Amino acid sequence: MSPGQSNMLPRPFSVYRADTLSGEISLLIEIKGKGTALLAETTPGVSLKLLGPLGRGFPDLPPRSLLVAGGAGIAPLAFLAASTAAPRTLLYCARSSEFLVCPDTDLDLPGLSVMEATDDGSRGVKGTAADLLSNRIEKAGAVFACGPRPMLAAVKEICSRAKIETWFSLEERMACGIGACVGCAVATTGGYRRVCRDGPVFPAEEVIFDG
Amino acid sequence: MAEKIFEPDLRVDLAGIALENPILAASGPFGYGHEYRELTGFKDLGGIIVKGVSLEPWAGNPPPRVAETPSGMLNAIGLQNPGLKSFLEEDLPRLRGPGPRLLVNVVGCTVEEYAGVASGLEGVEGIDGLELNISCPNVKAGGMAFGTDPAATGRVVAAVRRKTSLPFLVKLSPNVADIGAVARSAEEAGADGISLINTISGMLIDTAHKKPLLGNIFGGLSGPAVMPVALRMAWQVAEVVKIPVLGIGGITTADDALQFIMAGARAVAVGTGLFYDPHLPSQIKTGLLEYMKKEGLKNLHEIEGAARP
Ligand SMILES: Cc1cc2nc3c(=O)[nH]c(=O)nc-3n(C[C@H](O)[C@H](O)[C@H](O)COP(=O)(O)OP(=O)(O)OC[C@H]3O[C@@H](n4cnc5c(N)ncnc54)[C@H](O)[C@@H]3O)c2cc1C
Ligand SMILES: Cc1cc2nc3c(=O)[nH]c(=O)nc-3n(C[C@H](O)[C@H](O)[C@H](O)COP(=O)(O)O)c2cc1C
Ligand code: FES
Repeated sequence: MSPGQSNMLPRPFSVYRADTLSGEISLLIEIKGKGTALLAETTPGVSLKLLGPLGRGFPDLPPRSLLVAGGAGIAPLAFLAASTAAPRTLLYCARSSEFLVCPDTDLDLPGLSVMEATDDGSRGVKGTAADLLSNRIEKAGAVFACGPRPMLAAVKEICSRAKIETWFSLEERMACGIGACVGCAVATTGGYRRVCRDGPVFPAEEVIFDG
Repeated sequence: MAEKIFEPDLRVDLAGIALENPILAASGPFGYGHEYRELTGFKDLGGIIVKGVSLEPWAGNPPPRVAETPSGMLNAIGLQNPGLKSFLEEDLPRLRGPGPRLLVNVVGCTVEEYAGVASGLEGVEGIDGLELNISCPNVKAGGMAFGTDPAATGRVVAAVRRKTSLPFLVKLSPNVADIGAVARSAEEAGADGISLINTISGMLIDTAHKKPLLGNIFGGLSGPAVMPVALRMAWQVAEVVKIPVLGIGGITTADDALQFIMAGARAVAVGTGLFYDPHLPSQIKTGLLEYMKKEGLKNLHEIEGAARP
């Protein structure tokens, strides 16, 4: 998505909701800096440039999946949660309540239970994604996670100990967004791979976190 | 009687490479072209310069590799590439056929590596020319880039000249005291053309984490922010060499392209601008044609170097 200025790189966002009937898609955007602030200022009727969908998404959800979202990482997981009616649980975590931006009504889906946690206890359980996950990992069909790197690193450790299939949607700074420039590389067991083309979804065991 | 519609001729000859129009994709941002072909069909490109190819595969730099700057960006990709063999087997076959002329950007850490890539590309069908990226660190000279030293530049260029019958450009680094001296040295050693500029060395610090933003600490600045610097250098080089110049650096509009041509460049290449809009080459081409019609130009040679005294 281009923030509407000619001398700015496009910004990567996940599809948050898609309505196949109306052809509408929704994005859930956290204002982080210049580009997201400009996007937030746009008014209805303004046309923006959008390129996509790009890359590879999550595989199908098996029953009893656990979805772990940290902050703005909720966007692709809310989309994933809406893709099935099988029983599944969303662990939605952030620093504090103000970062749990996803409207409750959007998470009111058949078969989906939602657990919330904040680091400061301002909403849901006081604790981290790892705390919520540790208590539920044994019975999980698979784990799907998106959020800050330290959270993903902790998720990876818990899941690999429990030997549960796990998938991450990763973030990296991008330039072309289509796989040409190798700017969005992340370290994996198969060498540097492109988040925009080979990902953003990778099997957790392939992702290398360095400190 | 119908009025004869005047169609300006955009064709140019760049160092013996006949281009349908003077707009090329710069090496790097365009990768090996496959993704942009899916997106734009290479529409309105006179040539493409594929990403740097080395003798052996290069892994590239640790992330983050790119960062935005005001009117530009930094990159420290580290010339990640699959190496010559993989380029010839996997990439080149998909690029052959009608369409833009194909130039291969050549990288190396030693004179022998550059020469090795050039010999590996000699006589291979589908390649129209080479571009030597001499901004690479010269490992035998303590990692200083070849392109910062006119003598080292001359040695690389002469070694490649002995190995190739293809036309080749030498791509200069802007991170030098006297760009004219490097350009002259390349010309004397047998280069068929000069392309410039590569990126300008720079960095950013992530204040939240108190550390450099890029994994490699330093990166190269590109995009509209560098355009006036690139233009000045194209002007200086056009003054001291007789071989044609390919202008690169921050070009995003037809007016930018015209400025390089009026400074003495034969053609231009677009890099970072493709990130802003993959269809930029078409817009530049349309703009050039409009300008030529308005000015009654038959071809671009009429204005090559036109701004020079
Ligand atoms: C695959 C993917 C999906 C994403 N999905 C969402 C989403 O659904 N909702 C959401 O709110 N955010 C999402 N993000 C993060 C979002 O792209 C960044 O927050 C945004 O680019 C910041 O732009 P800015 O101009 O506001 O920030 P600035 O800091 O001003 O941006 C400067 C530069 O850094 C880049 N950048 C900064 N932070 C990030 C980041 N975390 N990831 C990638 N590039 C970054 C920007 O793209 C820009 O080029 C996603 C990122 C990726 C890679
Ligand atoms: C992501 C990226 C990768 C690049 N890779 C190469 C490369 O492999 N070889 C090379 O000679 N130049 C490389 N360059 C430099 C560009 O070809 C060009 O010289 C420079 O970016 C200035 O032009 P621009 O402002 O239009 O991007 C790269 C630039 C960028 C932004
Ligand atoms: S952003 Fe260019 S390869 Fe991913």
